[in-house]
Amino acid sequence: MSVEAMYQEIILDHYKAKHHSGLREPYQAQVTHVNPTCGDEVMMRVALDGDRVVDVSYEGVGCSISQASTSVMTDLVIGRTVDEALALHEEFTQMMHSQGKAEPDEDRLEDAVAFIGVSQFPARVKCALLGWSAFKDAAAQALAAAGKE
Amino acid sequence: MPDAFAPAPGATAPALGYDVERVRADFPILTRRIGEFPLSYLDSANTSQKPKQVVEAIARHYLEHNANVARAMHTLGAEASSAFEGAREKVARFIGAAGPQEVVFTKNASEALNLVAYTLGGRLSPGDEIVISVMEHHSNIVPWQLLAQRTGAILRWFDITADGRLDLARAVAEGLINDRTKIVSIAWVSNVLGTVNPVAEIAGLAHRVGAHVVVDGSQGVPQLPTDVASLGADLLAFTGHKMLGPTGIGVLWGRYGLLETLPPFLGGGEMIEVVKLTGSTFAKPPARFEAGTPPIAQAVGLGAAIDYLERLGMENVAAHEQRITAYALERLQGVEGVSILGPTVPVDRGGAISFTLTTPDGLEVHPHDVMQFLDARGVAVRGGHHCARPLHERLGITASTRASGYVYTTETEIDALVDGLVYVRDFFGGAR
Repeated sequence: MSVEAMYQEIILDHYKAKHHSGLREPYQAQVTHVNPTCGDEVMMRVALDGDRVVDVSYEGVGCSISQASTSVMTDLVIGRTVDEALALHEEFTQMMHSQGKAEPDEDRLEDAVAFIGVSQFPARVKCALLGWSAFKDAAAQALAAAGKE
Repeated sequence: MPDAFAPAPGATAPALGYDVERVRADFPILTRRIGEFPLSYLDSANTSQKPKQVVEAIARHYLEHNANVARAMHTLGAEASSAFEGAREKVARFIGAAGPQEVVFTKNASEALNLVAYTLGGRLSPGDEIVISVMEHHSNIVPWQLLAQRTGAILRWFDITADGRLDLARAVAEGLINDRTKIVSIAWVSNVLGTVNPVAEIAGLAHRVGAHVVVDGSQGVPQLPTDVASLGADLLAFTGHKMLGPTGIGVLWGRYGLLETLPPFLGGGEMIEVVKLTGSTFAKPPARFEAGTPPIAQAVGLGAAIDYLERLGMENVAAHEQRITAYALERLQGVEGVSILGPTVPVDRGGAISFTLTTPDGLEVHPHDVMQFLDARGVAVRGGHHCARPLHERLGITASTRASGYVYTTETEIDALVDGLVYVRDFFGGAR
């Protein structure tokens, strides 16, 4: 596939105008994830109400793929339960490891299906997963923090 | 067989002493295509390509002479030992060492630097100072951080000037190198900025206070004629794979008088004199630092790489590097949105050129995105922090794109880079 097809309009739009960007209060967990090979970084906060994700806020530096993927992810998980969000994380991760062979469910993954092209570039799969991995980690910590209260 | 190093019949005498197209004929990989585009390999500071002479020397060693070295007493063992020690002699001659006994084989430059940090560094006490620079590769930072943690020594560093040169004046004014300084470890040539550092001058300052000088020659030795005596260092680390040789072989050169005083690094076979369960005595250098079966075929390959470079002539290699670097600097500065990180003039400057790319509407295109688009057009560059994160932090950026050529690089490849950069800038700038 061509590199132009990999960089879909949806990805560039999210990159240039990231949704839910910035760090906000309140939150139950904050994590920082890095991609040591390229120096991409994301600091992410997750706020829960019970088991529902009410906010995901973040600040990051990185390539268009990592930034856009994080933006798309926040659209998908905010408003869902942690279990639903983690199921989407699993679906997205599977799609990214499919080397372009997955047939993602657009009704469920919405804008995130645009990253199917990225899955054909193994070196960039980590970029697309950076924000999602940070979310999974932060959500687990937020749940644990809620359990302790 | 045509001689790659003689001028082509009828050709006007090349100013460089060799014909780059004939050099390229020795590198079959350079004829590869990436999709519909010819490969433009501009990632030689990362690893160089290998001429068939090197690959064939390695193959011949395995197919005809393979045996262990030093321990095997049979005919093949003697052949392998002679090939291995022959490679050591070539390295010694290539860098102007006093003799092969000053050349220690390691697996890479990182191991060589760790060896020095461990052995030379064992003498340090709390409050002693180690001096590096902000432009170092991680492999010339982290071993010293670990040493500082172990010993209580303090790690300090040279800063850079606005144009990407080592700020020697400020360091002198602030007494960076002083009576507490025990080790100064510095890159000869920066792998990001391309800056050639004034190693001899720094060595003069360091030796005046009794400090030892370690030089990371990973980018310098492949590009510049090397003479350790005039370089001024006490120890020099470099790696084979950036100078047409295979991976898995590095070199530590040291003044023999200093090497003799250093304790062993790794323990094992062939680094000993007598082993008793109650204690062992150790071999003289370089064997003292080469525990276990060494990278034999890799040393043979490095020897073949040195043969190749010597046939080209290191003066010619350096001149070609200068010419390509000057051309690339000029062309890149003609691309709106490109900002070069290091010196923009080809003076005291190596071949690595790192830069950022910004669209007319102010979007800085991330180096990974730049790299991806260039790759799709056959141009191989590196995007990231190039194992020099502190330098990028100092420059206020997270990453950059780096193009780096070598003996086989052509102006046409630089043109492909420039065309690709214009394309990616316009793609992200919405002008596509």
